[in-house]
Amino acid sequence: MSSLLGIDALELARAQFGFTVAFHIIFPAFSIGLASYLAVLEGLWLATGREAFLNLFRYWLKIFAIAFAMGVVSGIVMSYQFGTNWSVFSDKTGPVLGPLMAYEVLSAFFLEAGFLGVMLFGMNKVGKTLHFVATLAVAFGTLFSAFWILSVNSWMQTPAGYGISPGGQYVPADWWAIVFNPSFPYRLVHMVLAAYLTTALVVGATAAWHLLRSRSNAEVRIMFSMAMWMFAIVAPIQILAGDMHGLNTLEHQPAKVMAMEGHFQSHPDGAPLLLFGLPDQEAGKVDYAVEIPKLSSLILKHDLDAPLAGLDTVPRKNWPPVAIVFWSFRVMVGLGFLMLGLGVASLFARWRGSLYTSRWLHRFALAMGPAGFAAVLAGWITTEVGRQPFTVYGLLRTVESASPLQAPAVGASLLSFVLIYFIVFGMGVLYILHLMARAPNEAETGPEEGAPIRAAGVTPAAAISRRAAR
Amino acid sequence: MAVDLPMIWAFLIAFAVFAYVVMDGFDLGIGILFPSLRAGKERDTAMNSVAPVWDGNETWLVLGGGGLFAAFPLAYAVVLPALYGPIIAMLLGLVFRGVAFEFRWRDPAHRPLWDMAFACGSVIAALAQGVTLGALLQGITVHGRSFGGGAFDWLTPFCLLAGVSLVIGYALLGSTWLLMKTEGDLREKARRMSFRFAIGTMACIAAVSLATPLLDPIYVQRWFAWPNVLYTAQVPLLVTIGAVAYFRALMRGAEQAPFFIALCLFGLSYVGLGISMYPDVVPGRITIWEAASPPSSQLFMLVGAGILIPIILAYTGYAYWVFRGKVGAEGYH
Repeated sequence: MSSLLGIDALELARAQFGFTVAFHIIFPAFSIGLASYLAVLEGLWLATGREAFLNLFRYWLKIFAIAFAMGVVSGIVMSYQFGTNWSVFSDKTGPVLGPLMAYEVLSAFFLEAGFLGVMLFGMNKVGKTLHFVATLAVAFGTLFSAFWILSVNSWMQTPAGYGISPGGQYVPADWWAIVFNPSFPYRLVHMVLAAYLTTALVVGATAAWHLLRSRSNAEVRIMFSMAMWMFAIVAPIQILAGDMHGLNTLEHQPAKVMAMEGHFQSHPDGAPLLLFGLPDQEAGKVDYAVEIPKLSSLILKHDLDAPLAGLDTVPRKNWPPVAIVFWSFRVMVGLGFLMLGLGVASLFARWRGSLYTSRWLHRFALAMGPAGFAAVLAGWITTEVGRQPFTVYGLLRTVESASPLQAPAVGASLLSFVLIYFIVFGMGVLYILHLMARAPNEAETGPEEGAPIRAAGVTPAAAISRRAAR
Repeated sequence: MAVDLPMIWAFLIAFAVFAYVVMDGFDLGIGILFPSLRAGKERDTAMNSVAPVWDGNETWLVLGGGGLFAAFPLAYAVVLPALYGPIIAMLLGLVFRGVAFEFRWRDPAHRPLWDMAFACGSVIAALAQGVTLGALLQGITVHGRSFGGGAFDWLTPFCLLAGVSLVIGYALLGSTWLLMKTEGDLREKARRMSFRFAIGTMACIAAVSLATPLLDPIYVQRWFAWPNVLYTAQVPLLVTIGAVAYFRALMRGAEQAPFFIALCLFGLSYVGLGISMYPDVVPGRITIWEAASPPSSQLFMLVGAGILIPIILAYTGYAYWVFRGKVGAEGYH
């Protein structure tokens, strides 16, 4: 295999996929949560008639439009990258994963074609009820899209329902078993809750920013309060869901859990929980470990003395990169507990009656603004790097999945992606921040009708409604 | 099996790709013509003429790519690595161009910069698509179930000819679109460009048509074998008729006909491409049946495509209907 500056083509292809998908995952994670939030806001407005809810709806709708567009643009690249860089994987898994991905793409497009335009521009034309239906359809559609793509991802982790053709392809034997493969329900719940928390953190931080700058109005207070309720209620549920997801992983991908826990050695009578340490893959041990005896067995087996196998029971060639998984897992869990902390702090402030005046709470919420994105990325690194050295767990090795490309070609494309993504998506994020920096006001307008607002949408829905509005 | 699913999918994907070429072709063409339009009113008008409809165009590109992965994974796995350079360039060109389109409005201070990005992105995307087509016709080295050639196999005179041809062809679609959609000086400029790019496009169609049979004897077979030649000969005949009709329409001052005749010429070239390739998906190497995923996969997906594609088509058609007619500098808004 060829190399560029000592990095081989496979590592470059992995870096490129990781980079492009990391950019991509950020926007859907935000827009899934935001779509549901918008549906709740509009529902509350219809139920209570309070204008503040409508103003908030319009405020976040403008941001949603841009986040959705960024997700679509970065997604176009993904739909080709499986073929350009992971051709052997594509050939082998195409019959199983291709249709699932096609459904993801079709549902995303269908959404834009049918409902996004109405949601963005149609309030005055179709009436309140139909508009609410469109908003619900978009919220449901983003979840439906997530459903398919997480099914794909889960099948790569816990493949099921397939046969193997004479040509070496995985072919569908049972679609139900493929779609609802063993890790899928856990991953779906964990990811959707993560998207909700991520959005709530952004909403909460935006509100906190305006509270800190003394721009308190009904809209700002409502969104701050709603975000804080999310942490108080959903953060504990997410920790529980994460725990169940972990137990499922222990059952189906034990090596991943061993890496997450830093368990190189087996523990026949109760495994310790490592809080920190420096995993040394070569030596097969964790240096400077700070550990709590038996706690890992209690968490994973619900029994202090339960035996837990370590990586010493797994052939070395099947070890994931332990240090990355170990640390990304701790980052994710740490951020999760900080979210819980924010929820508890907000309950305390609420009880004291200082929810809208407590500056330390607002600073805490502001600092936590990007934490959801960081946690999503860390969790995603944990699960995908933990799947290594396989692309389809236990079946297809990463080394055997890549396209027959030369390192300089992949290096050149990686560099182009990095440059262009930072320019393009950097502009998009700046634009979103610019919108957030302005507090929602009492006569909030909808998305600007004079200029196109999507970076590369897929249907002319928006423009049609603009024309109709004229 | 009663129903030939791979054939259905081959037609669906061919349709998606053609829909893409037809719809994105003229707006890429506008981008290609951009440097020759005067900054300010001319460019704004040109931009406004595609603004309401261009959004939907990339749908078809993704459907083509996604459909290929699901319905013909082997072809997807062989073709994409073989065309790595052009495909990545096309994707980046499209991303950049799409964003430039929007930021032109948002960021007037840097408008000349975004205009240049729009033009460059459009030319790169068009060139890359043409090179991709050329490389596919030229033949791809296949080892076992994967690409076995080098990173620059697509860098040949034939592929570059195909690339330049598509740029010129898209420019023709762009100029005839402007002729149809605009008025005054810009329309007259578009008329002159429509004349020049039509001559260029005809020359390119002729050059590519003559060069293709030289690439591989199988193309000679597909075009000239008796009695197929009775059918295939209709294609160049119709192209000639189309060319005559085009210039007559342009001479008598027609404003709409040239665009539609140009589309017909694209359609005929596409049929010609189909004759050269059928029944292969990787010419001379892999047929559509060899590349097909199992019936269960193709059927599972056909259900969704069968419901959603007509809806998307209806919606797109409606959009074009709503925005028929001339556009002014102030746009549709």
